[in-house]
Amino acid sequence: MIEVKDLYKSFGDQQVLKGITTTFLPGKTNLIIGQSGSGKTVMLKCVVGLLNPTEGHVLFDGQDYVSMDLDEKNKIRQQLGMLFQGSALFDSLTVEENVMFPLEMFTKMSKSEKQDRVNEVLKRVNLVGANKKFPSQISGGMQKRTGIARAIVMNPKYLFCDEPNSGLDPQTSIVVDELIKEITEEYNITTVINTHDMNSVVTHGEKILFLYKGNKHWEGDKVSLFEAENKELLDFIFASDFLKEARNVRLDKLKKQI
Amino acid sequence: MAEYVYDSGGPLFHVGRYVLMVKRSIAKPEKAIMYWKETLRQMYNIGVGSVVIILLISFFIGAVSSFQFAYNLSKSMVPMYYVGYVVKESMILELAPTVSCLILAGKVGSNLASELGTMRLTEQIDAYEIMGVNTFSYLIGPKILAAVTMVPFLVTIAAITGIWGGMISGSLSGYVSSNDYLQGVLMTFEAKNIVVMLVKAAVFGFLLTSISCYQGFYAHGSALEIGKASTTAVVLSCVMVLFADLILAWLLL
Repeated sequence: MIEVKDLYKSFGDQQVLKGITTTFLPGKTNLIIGQSGSGKTVMLKCVVGLLNPTEGHVLFDGQDYVSMDLDEKNKIRQQLGMLFQGSALFDSLTVEENVMFPLEMFTKMSKSEKQDRVNEVLKRVNLVGANKKFPSQISGGMQKRTGIARAIVMNPKYLFCDEPNSGLDPQTSIVVDELIKEITEEYNITTVINTHDMNSVVTHGEKILFLYKGNKHWEGDKVSLFEAENKELLDFIFASDFLKEARNVRLDKLKKQI
Repeated sequence: MAEYVYDSGGPLFHVGRYVLMVKRSIAKPEKAIMYWKETLRQMYNIGVGSVVIILLISFFIGAVSSFQFAYNLSKSMVPMYYVGYVVKESMILELAPTVSCLILAGKVGSNLASELGTMRLTEQIDAYEIMGVNTFSYLIGPKILAAVTMVPFLVTIAAITGIWGGMISGSLSGYVSSNDYLQGVLMTFEAKNIVVMLVKAAVFGFLLTSISCYQGFYAHGSALEIGKASTTAVVLSCVMVLFADLILAWLLL
């Protein structure tokens, strides 16, 4: 379980996170949503340890990650997988080498075991046949899937995704979302996704955290989202007339079910 | 940690952060074989990848030096075989290590700064960190080690090529025959000068890679910053190489 307690982060005079407390549900898809500049990426980076919070705690299974030294942090990090916004694949390595890198660096597996594991993971993300291609030779969707394969190759307990749909067409976005959802359930991973994508929010949000100007403004799930009365949240999620109408239709449907 | 990327300060801040970076880059590797592979890759890039430019530059430096010394000596009573002696000594003590490293600061330095800068901007460095890789020792350590070992080789090649270029230029110009030139080259041998050349090469190699890596590693912002980091890396490396040249000359000669 990941617990975030009173998380503050400032850059100089600019306070980006203002005392956020939340718990990410184990084995579920947890979403952090909010407008650009609301502090989503900073929060994700504080949780994974790429940024040090100004104040507050991040607990992984009760262990305070913030106060750990680098060696202890590195042990936790080997249980984390992360998919970056731009995939962050290593340019000089092929798809296969990218996925194999964590195994090469941190395991004592034999060459054939590593190869088998890489093939298994690449098959899982539907990337068979792309092993020898370089990141520049594959599409954005394939890069994301390679990023997912690299993130899960070490069987992580936690998966973090920073805007997994950015730069993808709607259809590919759905494929990537479905893949993350399936992997979360299949491997019982605690997944935390930072997203702008409303389809992801209404489809996969088992836990949703809405950030507004660095504060936790609303917390809930994909069902309670439709019933929420929080103005900023509604303005953000159902920004267009089309989406507002869709919300009303969904609410009517829910009322009829009740 | 990525944290420090967003910090900024005056010259002392940068000196402190640079020293910490160098200290961290020589930390014990997580898996030696991976670091060794990366070091070999960097040795190939820095060493083999720079041979052609070093050959070209040093040949012309030697050729021009020989021609100009010969031209000046032709108006004096000094025997012409001194051209060989002067070119040899100046190539070994100054031209080969210093000029080669200024060239390498441009070629290798800008390359390293833009490579690391791009990795920072595309979050590749963050990806390494999230895996638990010590990015200083994995990304910077092998580059420094490769330069410290390969630059002395390149400088030795430069010295030999320069002396050889001087001989060809001298004989083609008609000022000094090959035999006279070789007589001058073989006139004396100071082993200490070779040691000074190799020490200079290793120190310059260290400076140009570590400074360039620093600029690239801490680049942040937009693509514009990568260009800025590359330019700063080259300019700072050149200045520091020349400064170190003076200090080493005082200390070693």
